[in-house]
Amino acid sequence: MVFRQRTNLWNNFWIYLILFTLVLFFILPMIWLVIAPFSSKASLAVKITLPSLNNFRELFKNKVAMLAFKNSFIISFSSTIIVTITSMLAAYALSRTNFKWRSTLLYALLLFSTVVTGIAAMVPLFVLNLRLGLIDSYLSVIFVFIGGFLPVSIFIIKDFFDAIPKDYEEAAIVAGSTPSQGFFRIILPLSQQGMVVIALYIFMNTWGDFLIPFILLRSVNKYPVSVAIYTFFTQEGLPLLGLLSAYSLLYSLPVIVLYIIINRKFGFGFHGGLKG
Amino acid sequence: MFEGGIILSKKRAFLFMLPALAFVAVFLIFPAIWAIYIGLTNEALTGIYGLNHQFVWFDNFIKAFKDPWFHSSLQISFKFVFGSLVGQAGLGLLLALLLNNKKGILKELVSNIVIIAWIVPGVVVAYLWVAFLDKDFGLLNSILGILGFARVNWFRTLPVGVIIIFNTWRGTAFSMLLFMAALQSIPPSYLETADVIGASGWRKFRDIIIPLIKPQILTDLILLTLWTFNVFTPFILTKGGPAHMTEILPIYTYRVAFMGTGRIGQGAAISTIILLINLTLALIYLKMLKRK
Repeated sequence: MVFRQRTNLWNNFWIYLILFTLVLFFILPMIWLVIAPFSSKASLAVKITLPSLNNFRELFKNKVAMLAFKNSFIISFSSTIIVTITSMLAAYALSRTNFKWRSTLLYALLLFSTVVTGIAAMVPLFVLNLRLGLIDSYLSVIFVFIGGFLPVSIFIIKDFFDAIPKDYEEAAIVAGSTPSQGFFRIILPLSQQGMVVIALYIFMNTWGDFLIPFILLRSVNKYPVSVAIYTFFTQEGLPLLGLLSAYSLLYSLPVIVLYIIINRKFGFGFHGGLKG
Repeated sequence: MFEGGIILSKKRAFLFMLPALAFVAVFLIFPAIWAIYIGLTNEALTGIYGLNHQFVWFDNFIKAFKDPWFHSSLQISFKFVFGSLVGQAGLGLLLALLLNNKKGILKELVSNIVIIAWIVPGVVVAYLWVAFLDKDFGLLNSILGILGFARVNWFRTLPVGVIIIFNTWRGTAFSMLLFMAALQSIPPSYLETADVIGASGWRKFRDIIIPLIKPQILTDLILLTLWTFNVFTPFILTKGGPAHMTEILPIYTYRVAFMGTGRIGQGAAISTIILLINLTLALIYLKMLKRK
């Protein structure tokens, strides 16, 4: 028994040593994001100076930076709302009817959404928006986001609807309610949680996206934060590091807050192979 | 009764699906098919072919296969995907194993840090690594300096290594979460029985854990391959440099299609090739899903 305990201690030592190393690997690059924004003389180094909020003051005075926050919000919020509503309707139809080409349609959706990534489609998406006269408009980015996130969203919401027995609505219809009453009074309240998770998932993903707005937008005053940070850095670089670090922190904050909310309320794990 | 079902009539079901299907058709499916056509033309962003392009058959594909940059970007992409795969699946599995059956603050802390690296916007992560790896001021070189090592210009010495480690750091959370869920599904009695007969940790890992979570490992590997192949964030970190040494296929596509004279047709041909590679990977994945 004594022997056994000693090997356990030894094993535990190794486990904690490896865990400690892994934590270092993940946490070291993050330190800059927490220190630099509050430093009075920000550089690429991690240096603790007297804390100051000067960088944030500079940031709030910068019109382009603030406008980009508004742009990011407009783009992510509209994409999220439209994807959530349209995928809810589509998922309901796919969950409650059984037409001939239903499984073909589901397979095609799954296949195309896996194959057609932003990378694979950046050239045709650019040309399409050019021909539609949408280049350099919020709409171009929003439409591309909607097309891209709809399939995933439909699948997840459909899973939620499938879990609700059809008998509920059938009983309601037999009792004299209309199909839309059944949807709004039975299905929606029962699947609220799924909708919230999906909406947050889409918001977080569109909020952080870089490639699509980078390709489709041209005017500085329409850039979302991702592209604005990129242009600040490539054009002005080092002199702006204080502002840039504060900007990066503020930009990451909504995503981190939403993650904490999801984690607290629903638990952040796996449902059907996706984060949510 | 209603045609199609009692709850929704066929006509109403179609109307419900219409908005979603219209968006998907125009902004997802159509561009993929159109890429093939554009790839067969000499359309350009500037110059005479900007206004007036011609059908050039397979010229763009032939040009691509003759372009040494195309071959080198394919090779770099291959190394990048393979390296990230080993890094992310390996670290993910390691973390899941170490944290399995652990409770409380340690597990929360470790998994939250890994997940935050995953959800923070790519642009921010890229600049974190620009700062972390900077030759003169970066934290990594400062630590190495304290330990008595010389400063290293990471972006020049290990260009592909840098984007692999950067991408591993960013993406490990997915594998970790997937394997955590998989390990939870192993009945505890299996491992307890192994303990009773005195099996070593390695034997338990090889003979019980690996066979039981094999489906999740395969899913993880194929999805990671597909996603990593389609990642653009290294562009923000290195812009493909120095000297094209980190120019993975997506960055090469961007350069061809949008920089310089903007050879849209040529870019679309490369997009078509990427679509074909994605299609192959997706078909393997869907086949695996069906078998489950």
